[in-house]
Amino acid sequence: MTPDESGTPAVPTDPPGSDASTPDASTDDASIDRLSPLHSVHVQAGASFTDFAGWQMPVRYSSDLAEHHAVRTAAGLFDLSHMGEIVVLGREASDALDYALAGKISAIAVGQAKYSLLLSRDGGIIDDLVVYRTGDDRFLVVANASNREVVAEQLRERSSPFECEVFDESDDIALIAIQGPRSYEILSQVPGIQADGLADLGYYWSQTATFGARGEHNLLIARTGYTGEDGFEIYSAPDVAPALWQALMDTGGGSGLVPAGLASRDTLRLEAGMPLYGHELGLDTFPVQAGLGRVVALKTKQDFVGREGIEAGPAEDARVLVGLRSDGKRAGRAGYELFASASPELDPPEHPGDQLAGAAVGVVTSGALSPTLGYPIAMAYVDPAVAAVGTDLFIDVRGTRVAASVVPLPFYKRETA
Amino acid sequence: MADKTQLQYTAEHEWILVTGTTATVGITAYAAEKLGDVVFVDLPAAGTTVALGKVVGEIESTKSVGELFAPVDGVILESNQAVVDAPELVNSDPFGEGWLIKVSFEVLPTFLSFDEYTALVGE
Repeated sequence: MTPDESGTPAVPTDPPGSDASTPDASTDDASIDRLSPLHSVHVQAGASFTDFAGWQMPVRYSSDLAEHHAVRTAAGLFDLSHMGEIVVLGREASDALDYALAGKISAIAVGQAKYSLLLSRDGGIIDDLVVYRTGDDRFLVVANASNREVVAEQLRERSSPFECEVFDESDDIALIAIQGPRSYEILSQVPGIQADGLADLGYYWSQTATFGARGEHNLLIARTGYTGEDGFEIYSAPDVAPALWQALMDTGGGSGLVPAGLASRDTLRLEAGMPLYGHELGLDTFPVQAGLGRVVALKTKQDFVGREGIEAGPAEDARVLVGLRSDGKRAGRAGYELFASASPELDPPEHPGDQLAGAAVGVVTSGALSPTLGYPIAMAYVDPAVAAVGTDLFIDVRGTRVAASVVPLPFYKRETA
Repeated sequence: MADKTQLQYTAEHEWILVTGTTATVGITAYAAEKLGDVVFVDLPAAGTTVALGKVVGEIESTKSVGELFAPVDGVILESNQAVVDAPELVNSDPFGEGWLIKVSFEVLPTFLSFDEYTALVGE
């Protein structure tokens, strides 16, 4: 057995590791084999590892499906210590971020978080990130591991006219996420965590907390995540992370909490319709194509990097991101092409006489047999003409055209009280 | 479950159990572990003529797709319907109930021994 040629990670040299197959992750060889502060905890738990942006991170502990289901029904614990954390500090930090990022960062309150984008001058996406306002003059910018350096560099450069400083604190911050419907119940019962008012912490808000018998370790707890479930992301010092992880597992084990790897994280975020950098987002993608037009504060702020590119916009026929649903079990995978007809013989000659007849109308960016829904789902960029919900398309699954319908995103939405 | 030390192996992470002129074929525990949870298996129908080294089936996990290669020239005698119905057998019992195909052959190529395969995967 060998893997196919679709670009999925190879057996055996590279485990099929979820988002580890992002191009930027596999080409970043500057820092191979970086280890999380929780590495020995994962080894002890029997994790399989994958290279992700130069980090050895758990891809799964036992079964990616079991880990996926645990997050949907109880809770899962993720090590995200590879993420980049960049602090912007100073009197004009909010102005600097308004200029550097796509969103109006100055509008968020202390404690609030905001999903945003770092755009190129042309309006393409350099990275997607979450910004936490941790003080009047202090912001924590959380970037994808593979983009940490470029984000820090761009923030430094773009904020230089402003009175503020940029610190890449990624090496001094560990990140543990607890995700799933029982997250609050578990987190609120962990001995040693003092987090007053946690019950009232809103989605995309954060608060300070402490950990340890004497409250000696500072935490930042945010009600954010990348799974489509309720949950929290907990920032701590790296040397505190192992005890924190253990305390969470000890408290949550009886409630169904399991350690969860990057493979389940990828299927969870896919079901939740959340884009992944390198798959749905990239330098050649305008936010509006990815359905992220609302993230760009064109109307509420003045000059920012990427504004001109965004105003010019993508070409009228630029592809847009859609959700696809198929029957059966065969999933479209990243890179598979989409066609309008069931077989090449039926492809309409849309431009009679020229070579575009029967051309692909789109391409899959992420896909899997949805563990929660039981049918294959995919995100894909398609021509606007075939982007309407209900449009019937065909995914070329290794030479066989598999029917797929355009459906709204997300595929999965949790029931909220 | 078959005695792993008595099986023969390919560099494509398949195992072969030879009984007379029948080869029973599956993927190794190493390959199953690397694939992750197998959710879909596509196997050739009985009677299909297969050629050594050619793709005859697919093994899909949530995140990856593996191809099944015919380890011999021959004819498919049987595909494992139990695995088609319950693909997780590939993970839970790769050397036993997770077998994939039985192929009749006339000429048996040289395979890897258990020790050679173990050395190959470094485990």
